[in-house]
Amino acid sequence: MTRYVLKRLVLLPALLFLFSVTVFAIVQAPPGDFLTTYVATLASSGSSISAEQVDALRREYGLDQPVWIQYLRWMENLAKGNLGLSLEYQRPNAELIGERLVLTMILALLSFVFTWVVAIPAGIYSAMHPRSVVDYVLTVVNYVGVATPNFMLALVLMWGAFAYFGMSVTGLFSPDFVEAPWSLARVLDLLKHVWLPAVVLGVAGTARLTRVMRANLLDELNKPYVTTARAKGLSEWRLVVRYPARLALNPLVSTIGWYLPALFSGSLIVATVMNLPNIGPLLLRALINQDMYLAGSILLIYCFLTIVGTLISDILLAWLDPRIRLEEG
Amino acid sequence: MSVLAPAAPVTAEDRVSVASNWRLVWWRFRKHRLALVSAVVLVGLYVVVLCPDFFSTEDPEATDARLAFIPIQRLHVFDGLRPSPWVPGIAGKRNPTTLRMQWQVDPSRKIPVRFFVTGYPYRLLGLVPTRIHLLGAASNAGGERLHLLGTDRLGRDQWSRLVHGTRTSMTIGLTAVTFSVILGVLLGGISGYYGGPADAVIQRLIELLQSLPTIPIWLALTAALPRDWTPQQVFFAITVILSLVGWTTLGREVRGRFLALREEDFVLAAELAGASQRRIIVRHMVPTFLSHIIATSTLAIPAMIINETSLSFLGLGIRPPAISWGVLLQEAQNIQTVALAPWLLVPGAVVILSVLAFNLVGDGLRDAADPYSQ
Repeated sequence: MTRYVLKRLVLLPALLFLFSVTVFAIVQAPPGDFLTTYVATLASSGSSISAEQVDALRREYGLDQPVWIQYLRWMENLAKGNLGLSLEYQRPNAELIGERLVLTMILALLSFVFTWVVAIPAGIYSAMHPRSVVDYVLTVVNYVGVATPNFMLALVLMWGAFAYFGMSVTGLFSPDFVEAPWSLARVLDLLKHVWLPAVVLGVAGTARLTRVMRANLLDELNKPYVTTARAKGLSEWRLVVRYPARLALNPLVSTIGWYLPALFSGSLIVATVMNLPNIGPLLLRALINQDMYLAGSILLIYCFLTIVGTLISDILLAWLDPRIRLEEG
Repeated sequence: MSVLAPAAPVTAEDRVSVASNWRLVWWRFRKHRLALVSAVVLVGLYVVVLCPDFFSTEDPEATDARLAFIPIQRLHVFDGLRPSPWVPGIAGKRNPTTLRMQWQVDPSRKIPVRFFVTGYPYRLLGLVPTRIHLLGAASNAGGERLHLLGTDRLGRDQWSRLVHGTRTSMTIGLTAVTFSVILGVLLGGISGYYGGPADAVIQRLIELLQSLPTIPIWLALTAALPRDWTPQQVFFAITVILSLVGWTTLGREVRGRFLALREEDFVLAAELAGASQRRIIVRHMVPTFLSHIIATSTLAIPAMIINETSLSFLGLGIRPPAISWGVLLQEAQNIQTVALAPWLLVPGAVVILSVLAFNLVGDGLRDAADPYSQ
């Protein structure tokens, strides 16, 4: 087990290196660079900038260097723990990403909690009462939940709140708290706003999880040990929760590591629709404006989270279920 | 005991025992009512894909700012007791303070709706020039227009745009999955059948691709597409981008099947009988898991459709003037606009309907894929 974990940990830097090359290639791919986009934006707003100034800026940002030198410079900075400077905002990337990353994680965690708190009991109930009215209703809700793109759900909810209650449900803070420093009041304000995006983000996952939980538990309930327990007169509820529910949960617990990065990624689109101040809109803007070090850093953070998530899943899976064969060299 | 016993009636068991594999799959699929209904819905949608212009009532590109934000005209099938479809006429009045056109139903006017009316010219299936459309206002001469789903901010007919968007979005789902299947079966097959170094390389590649955060990477890749590409080029690029990650799941599955089948007796028998490797793979191995591949790929299409819609919605996928469901929903991005014109959300309902149908058909196929299981 230790050897397996160690082996995976050794592979981590290699994977990160591969991803950093891929990410850099992708953010470099669009024709032109940040300055061409910048000049075009200036031109469309009526102002202009001289060719000498552009050249000077290009030299200053190092955009005139060959691609591999630009990559090495980025890597050198990353190794020192420096995410570089955003070309557009003229601020350190770490500063820009920092708070937004925290908000992204809070959102993902809450939506994760929502998913589990709703899906597990729903799945257990469905499996205990298969073909009942509630089971059918849940099945229909689940199918529709999986089929609805989360930005669509966000749109409908925003429209409903606006058209029928005159409420605006965008953003994560009331206007007073957007720029305010962190305080207890700001946290409370955040909690007042964050639940709706969290639910929107969690619906598809909840639907999927309910179905998996139902199927897993139904498989367990047919096993002889359940019949034995029933024959011994154990109450139906305790009988189910004691062992079968735990066994049915096993494969789900082990995929937590995959689920969290998926939530980070999923929140990208919802965040853009609901105008949430998290990483999504920042990445989108950086990509469109070719602010490549900012975009590259965000993408690399996503890659890192995904790799770590997968690693945690694999370790959990191997630890929870000894039947899983570890590939030892 | 008579020698000439009457011929035994053909029982259900007899039919089952001589039925081909595909017939058994069909019998089993048929029992799944919802899947069957969904299959009909999908066939309907793909008929629309084949000739969207025939189903359009107006030119989807025709703009007329004076006709902006016309609400949905309710289609009535009966006029009194006589089956004669019509829509109520509408009259626009400009609001003196907001300067917005406000549309009122004019109950005194009935616009008759007829089948196979003449409208804007187009080529049926890209070949036959014609002006015939399935539905339309009875007399175009009177300037009466039919807007079954209202119009958008540029006065474009939403029904016709939805029909054209259906073509793009449904095709993207199908092509992206086809690419994924080709890649998955090819690479998964090589990996599973030959094993060794090829297997190791392909497995590492799959692991690498699967640990990429898909949505951010898709965003970055689509943002990197040159702005001056034609809609066809963008369409092709998006399908490739979507299938880049999509094939990995299928590749793994195919590899697993090949690994299991390689040891089977019937493969050994075919080898001993002198069948070529190609024949063993194509004739003996692939048919045993073909139904599984079809079920898995059907279940992969909805994800492709949702991803395309999301990307286009963010302005990074299909771009106007091309029309897709995501492009249509872009019109609904501003919540104030949606509050004034809620019918702009209708394309979203069609997305949900098609994804639902694909999921149900996929589930039905998956259950039916192995007709010998219980």
